[in-house]
Amino acid sequence: MSKSYFDETHTAIGHPKSTFMQWMLTVDHKRIGLMYAAVMFTFFFVAVATAFLMRLELFAPGAQFIDGDTFNQAFTLHGVIMIFLFIVPGVPAVLGNIVMPLMIGAKDVSFPRLNWFTFWLYILGCIVALASLFTDAGFADTGWTFYAPYSLTTSTNVIFTLVAAFILGMASILTGLNFLVTIHRLRAPGMTFFKMPLFVWGIYATAWIQLLATPVVGITLILAILEKYFGIGIFDPAKGGDPVLFEHLFWIYSHPAVYLMILPAFGIMSEIIPTFSRREIFGYRTIALSSASIAGIGYLVWGHHLYTSGMADTAKVIFSFLTFFVAIPTGIKFYDWVATMYKGKIILSTPMLWALGTIITFTIGGLTGVTIAMIGVDIHLQDTYYTVAHFHYAMLGGVVFLFFAGLHYWFPLVSGKMYNETHAKIAFYLQFVGFNLLWFPMFIAGYYGMPRRYFDYLPEFQIYHQVSFFGAVIFITGLIYMFVVFFKGWRNGKPSGTNPWNATTLEWHMPSSPPPLENHSKVPYVDFNPYEYHHGEPVVKFDYETMKRID
Amino acid sequence: MSHEYIPEIATDRDGNKHEVQGWQDDFYGGKLGFWLFMFTEVLMFGAMFMVLAYYNTLHPEAFIEASASLNRLLGGINTVILLVSALTMGLSLLKMRVGDVKGAKLMIWATILLAIAFLVIKGFEWRAEYNHGIFLMHGEMLPESGMAFGKKLFFGMYFTMTGIHGFHIIIGIGLMIWLLKRINAGKVTPAHHILHWNIALYWDIVHLIWVFVFPYYYMIGAGGVAGGH
Repeated sequence: MSKSYFDETHTAIGHPKSTFMQWMLTVDHKRIGLMYAAVMFTFFFVAVATAFLMRLELFAPGAQFIDGDTFNQAFTLHGVIMIFLFIVPGVPAVLGNIVMPLMIGAKDVSFPRLNWFTFWLYILGCIVALASLFTDAGFADTGWTFYAPYSLTTSTNVIFTLVAAFILGMASILTGLNFLVTIHRLRAPGMTFFKMPLFVWGIYATAWIQLLATPVVGITLILAILEKYFGIGIFDPAKGGDPVLFEHLFWIYSHPAVYLMILPAFGIMSEIIPTFSRREIFGYRTIALSSASIAGIGYLVWGHHLYTSGMADTAKVIFSFLTFFVAIPTGIKFYDWVATMYKGKIILSTPMLWALGTIITFTIGGLTGVTIAMIGVDIHLQDTYYTVAHFHYAMLGGVVFLFFAGLHYWFPLVSGKMYNETHAKIAFYLQFVGFNLLWFPMFIAGYYGMPRRYFDYLPEFQIYHQVSFFGAVIFITGLIYMFVVFFKGWRNGKPSGTNPWNATTLEWHMPSSPPPLENHSKVPYVDFNPYEYHHGEPVVKFDYETMKRID
Repeated sequence: MSHEYIPEIATDRDGNKHEVQGWQDDFYGGKLGFWLFMFTEVLMFGAMFMVLAYYNTLHPEAFIEASASLNRLLGGINTVILLVSALTMGLSLLKMRVGDVKGAKLMIWATILLAIAFLVIKGFEWRAEYNHGIFLMHGEMLPESGMAFGKKLFFGMYFTMTGIHGFHIIIGIGLMIWLLKRINAGKVTPAHHILHWNIALYWDIVHLIWVFVFPYYYMIGAGGVAGGH
């Protein structure tokens, strides 16, 4: 029996003896993915705590615990961590790193040392981002969008956050580049693009966005820094500059970025649904190509963030029109998933529960997105809690829920052990109920005019904030519960075997669980589709020593 | 990799053998990766050109006036220098590929010298502009000065873009020195020269960007204010 990647590794520099240094210098994609996960979820909890602090403050009108300035810094911290440190790198850096090379039968990513370097670039970005918490001027209070001209005049330490966002963007670009080359070059023989698992398609579409959109925000952040410290004038009305230009440049990246977050998550969904329906996925090609078309259309819709910022009416209409188009490929995916389940042998394991829950929450998040893509409605709802609820339904109820689904799904692959399913399901229900209780009242509050980012409000909004608060308590309880279940599973879980879910894709055809250092013992020849089931049983079987098909 | 990498063989059900592409020794993958990275450079400068074009449409006359005041002689010399340096870099790669390591090194040194010459001339240009009171956070560029908005924006972007471009030149010099070290250490050889290839590619993008920067800043005002664009 070969040793697992926990015992052995390749390193970027030298041959360190200590386990600690072996982890720090590792170039193994699975170890790097795990380290990303550890760092990312630590920050995730910091951001959750910040959000809870804001909920606590908003429990009643007026100031209770923190003042308005601190509140501004709190929502900026929450946004910066959640966006730049957690959800943008999120699924690709953790699950993409761990699973994608296994899925295509590669030994590692194309540039393993670059992967290691990227991880440390990410860590550097995290440190710079949070360093300003400990300086006199304090953390930025601009919101994670750094809109000019306020970001150029605020006395808080916005430069740290700008530099950090640039470094993290760089890390994101390099991850995307690495994955693109990996997917183009290292697929196992016989695996054509349309034989790749759909998670790989999601990662592929994402990687293109990472590569082609992130540089724009990178240079925008640099221009903002140059504006703030060298007065180049382009965002400064005192020199003829146009602050709205910053918003344009910012959203040229940041709107594609939300598809960058959701596409790999959709990929997870496309893995889980066929596995737990024991049925070949319905409309493989449409799902694959809809990922690509979402990535493409996503570039052309940024203007819908600027309906109220001053833009020509013609431009507004065009942006609104284009924005509706995103709903089409997204809708195709959802119908395909539902059609896959039709007459399937559905098994309600925890990953499937998360996936099904996401179908509900993301549908709400997605459809409310369509409503605010309409110019008239948006002018009423811009910068209200309605918008906040919309993107939390889409991001938390879409991306993060599917991320959790993926964590449950691939947990046995990574650890070789199984968590307690009953407890994991309870954690799911707690979070699902808490989530809806937390965010749904905000749609109503926002519709009645509760503005976002305010730390005080009129008394008539109190009921919504209080319901939200109780939702937050339930949600966070479920969240902690889930991680306790993971932790216990990791410590004392039963060995899971190599393919606990009866899944078909290559990462479940490993010689051992957890996988050995260089993945598959032999690279298989792929002459089959990724989700072949017959009467609820996987069709393709391998001899795990030689990786030859034996079915 | 010091030891020889032997690719794995995968066998399909009919017994046909297929060579597996590993991440090791993937010349094509290394090139692909660097080409993709060059996309990001193009997008970064593309966004800045977009900003420039936007302000140009708002202030067409001020842009031409400001452009007319730039030193076309020095800018032109710099353009020629960069074009020649792209040639020397290309020659160094050709020499490396045919096995002439010494010639390749010589050509890299020539490229480095040309790059330094470019920076020196650029420095003189910036100094002259500074002496005319045009520099970031200085003289005419301050908000309280009476210089037209369009000119302030033109020079703001001029210093930004030539500055970021100059920064790329400095990085390029660093990369070439590193390349020379790797050649001397025997890590870059005619059989294994992906690093050389990619640095040559980098240098190409740096000069290509200048090929767009030069006309947009120096040439739009070349016909004088009354003249054509």
